[in-house]
Amino acid sequence: MSNAAIDLIIIGAGPAGMSAALEARTHGLSVVVLDEQASPGGQIYRQVLQADPRSRAVLGVDYVAGAKLAADFLQCGARYLPNAAIWQVTSQCEVHYLIEGRAEVLQGRHLLIATGAFERPMPIPGWTLPGVMTAGAGQILLKSAAMVPATPVVLAGCGPLLYLLAVQYLRAGIALEALVDTSHRSDLLRAWREIPGALRGWRDLLKGLGLLTELKRAGVQHFHGACNLRVEGSDRACALSFDSQGRSQRIRADLILLHQGVVPNTQVSWSLRLAHDWSEQQLCWVARRNQWGESSTPGIFIAGDSGAIGGARVAQLEGRLAALAIAGQQAKARPLQQALRRARAARPLLDALYRPLTPNRIPADDVTVCRCEEVSAGDIRSYVDLGCLGPNQTKAFGRCGMGPCQGRQCGLSVTEIIAERRRVSPAEVGYYRIRSPLKPITLAQLASERLSVEEPS
Amino acid sequence: MSADSLFRALPPGDHTVQIEFDGTPLTVPAEVSLAAALLGCGIRHTRESAINGRPGAPYCMMGVCFECLVEVDGQANAQACLVPVRAGMRVRRQRGVACLALCEEGGDE
Amino acid sequence: MQKTDVIVVGGGLVGMSIAYGLALLGRQVSVLDEGDDAIRAARGNFGLLWVQGKGYRMSPYAQWTRESVALWPRFAAALQGDTGIDLHLRQQGGFQLCLSDAEMAEESHRLSWLREAFAGDYPFELLDNAQLRARLPGIGPDVVGGCFSPMDGHVNPLKLLRSLYAACQSRGVRLINGHHVDAIEAGATGFELRAGAQRWSARQVVLAAGLGNRALGARVGLDVPVQPNRGQILVTERLEPFLQYPTTYVRQTDEGTLQLGDSHESAGFDDGTGSQVMAAIARRAVQCFPRLGQVRLVRAWGALRVMSADGFPIYETPQGCPGLAVVSCHSGVTLAAAHALRLAPWIAGEFDDPAVKPFGLERFNLQAEVRHVG
Repeated sequence: MSNAAIDLIIIGAGPAGMSAALEARTHGLSVVVLDEQASPGGQIYRQVLQADPRSRAVLGVDYVAGAKLAADFLQCGARYLPNAAIWQVTSQCEVHYLIEGRAEVLQGRHLLIATGAFERPMPIPGWTLPGVMTAGAGQILLKSAAMVPATPVVLAGCGPLLYLLAVQYLRAGIALEALVDTSHRSDLLRAWREIPGALRGWRDLLKGLGLLTELKRAGVQHFHGACNLRVEGSDRACALSFDSQGRSQRIRADLILLHQGVVPNTQVSWSLRLAHDWSEQQLCWVARRNQWGESSTPGIFIAGDSGAIGGARVAQLEGRLAALAIAGQQAKARPLQQALRRARAARPLLDALYRPLTPNRIPADDVTVCRCEEVSAGDIRSYVDLGCLGPNQTKAFGRCGMGPCQGRQCGLSVTEIIAERRRVSPAEVGYYRIRSPLKPITLAQLASERLSVEEPS
Repeated sequence: MSADSLFRALPPGDHTVQIEFDGTPLTVPAEVSLAAALLGCGIRHTRESAINGRPGAPYCMMGVCFECLVEVDGQANAQACLVPVRAGMRVRRQRGVACLALCEEGGDE
Repeated sequence: MQKTDVIVVGGGLVGMSIAYGLALLGRQVSVLDEGDDAIRAARGNFGLLWVQGKGYRMSPYAQWTRESVALWPRFAAALQGDTGIDLHLRQQGGFQLCLSDAEMAEESHRLSWLREAFAGDYPFELLDNAQLRARLPGIGPDVVGGCFSPMDGHVNPLKLLRSLYAACQSRGVRLINGHHVDAIEAGATGFELRAGAQRWSARQVVLAAGLGNRALGARVGLDVPVQPNRGQILVTERLEPFLQYPTTYVRQTDEGTLQLGDSHESAGFDDGTGSQVMAAIARRAVQCFPRLGQVRLVRAWGALRVMSADGFPIYETPQGCPGLAVVSCHSGVTLAAAHALRLAPWIAGEFDDPAVKPFGLERFNLQAEVRHVG
């Protein structure tokens, strides 16, 4: 396989990327998969091939199911480059990355972006204090280091991952101080009635209800309809305050794990200036794609959560469909397309059920939204009042989004804060112009970039 | 694990390595990320913001948030959640901006 | 439809500086600007107040640039007085670094020409590597030498942009944004501007729309010869202060980041970045200061300079179209003070500034004839 002849470069070795690689190899395509982690699986199946029996028992069957996919992927004949940090991607399917401290570049004929999701930031007062982490971070510690809280812990927010982590902690023998749920019990019935086709998602829903039942049976203190969330503490978190069902609550805890769903990781797709639309259902940007996952730039495909949040099953199917299209095997897609429709059925219900609360996305003036440059929601509003119409102008006015995270933590908040202030839709406000480097690179690395050559085997 | 730790290892690890944090030797599980190791040792904050000195600590654990920046073997602003621990690693809290020893060596004379 | 004294088309550094200057004179000003995704040189510049070498073979430009940097302290003080924003203006001189003997020879030739044009009143020093190193610790061996001029300086360009917006707002300038002007009509008592179904009218119009001036000029029968010229800039993580002076390739901002520049490319209206140019900029920065090799790049961007056919500013009030002014230039930071405190009074008709005369559109016609003859 020479560099000029790579049929398909895949960014990300999660469920979408691995499935796409497997499918593409079946049809004889040459494939390179780059991934930031040391082993395949993405965040959902993180270190699944290394998990010991105890971890597997704690993490559950859905996690263990990823082991076969990861093992098959490693056997499929795709060139797999772990520990690769992609810092630039071009419309001509060039992928620039750092590996073992070197800057290299690969040229492909097609590109599949399968960079997955990250958690939606939850900018509540005090969220920048040490001791506040995301639920996803808690789960990564469980998967990658078999680590559990050693101190009183509260889980707060909403969404399947929050409940899953609560159950996993339960199985590991960790007693939660509380599960502080920003969704209402009554949301379920309302969503069930209002969302067309919601019944078709019953299987996924039952799984979620099963988690909640398991928590209830274990006697976990579960507050519903929580609002006015506030982390207390001066230099570290010491408690979470909130209102629930008309009463003020304060739970002491050193560790507060927040979560309000996941959003597509669109850094690569924005940097390529692909067309994106604002999804009112998922409250985030989604790259525009056709039925095969092809973006507004021909030859560049997106599959899985980096396109739109759909979960692991959807990601696998989308990855395979993209690979079929790239291999010119569209005729074989029918069964996959049917399965995809089924797999997506529960999503509208989940999105409605666990819709993050407005004040937890568009916070009060004194809440920090840009953690890198320490810019508050009030600062953003003041720049709007000076005449900024969008996030690129507020960035120039106050450095919001200019830090090393490249707007990953503040981007959605800033779009929504501006939209609210201007009384227009987020679609009209737009998003940051994302530029390379997508990951920090030293000047010496950049200065010495070279073409990747396959090491002789 | 120290009494101040936010996290502990589920099965106490048998395979450990020594690292150093701000001059203090630490024994940490091998084969975990530096951020996980520091969390397990009771290090409550790992950086101080270059803007306002705010203490920061590992937050997302997946390379997205850049809260866990530390200095590793003299290299500033390393993401502790993406760096695996290595025996002998010398780690310092990222206090504000990166230090650049422009002329301390004669190497560029 | 509201009528105002002056409409400035363009909310960049050039347009806002002029709007601010007009507001200082008591004019009722509206600024018409595009949206968040407009092409904006104001968001992409390097922050230099640069004099040395500018105006080679066109001494009025060198003179105009020098007058602007001389006005800068007053300009910055006025803005700070109106807004409280400290622009971090530093005017202690700057260094042009040279990486080859040819570059050094070229620079010294240009500076000598300028010194002659100013009858000796043009301060600069030529320095070899050792002399440079004594002034700029950390300079690498590949730097053959450099030129220092005490006339140069730097400022925080993003704070400048924000303070212009804040100062204009506090002085009653009306910002009308989110519009792309697609028609200008001159009438008996002034102008009517249109963007889609929206209309505005004013007695006077200033076209300060950067690259957009070409199309806007054509609406009123003017050929405004401006082209995009792309410059890419890299920005590093924050570092402890180590570089007191700005240099042409490396500048440390008041926030601690380093700006590394820059490129000059013809890339049409593509304001993206390319890894080859980025790598070249990184190599050059590391050649200048070898220890920068370990420093992390955090951002990179491309921005489009507004380059006229001869590279010099265009200041025009066409005879046949009274009330219209056309302003096109790069170096919107260096010239901001002159635009606010000299050009705005000239546009307002407060006084006939002879320093502005050489920058009219007429010179392009003359050049065309010369080329034709030659």
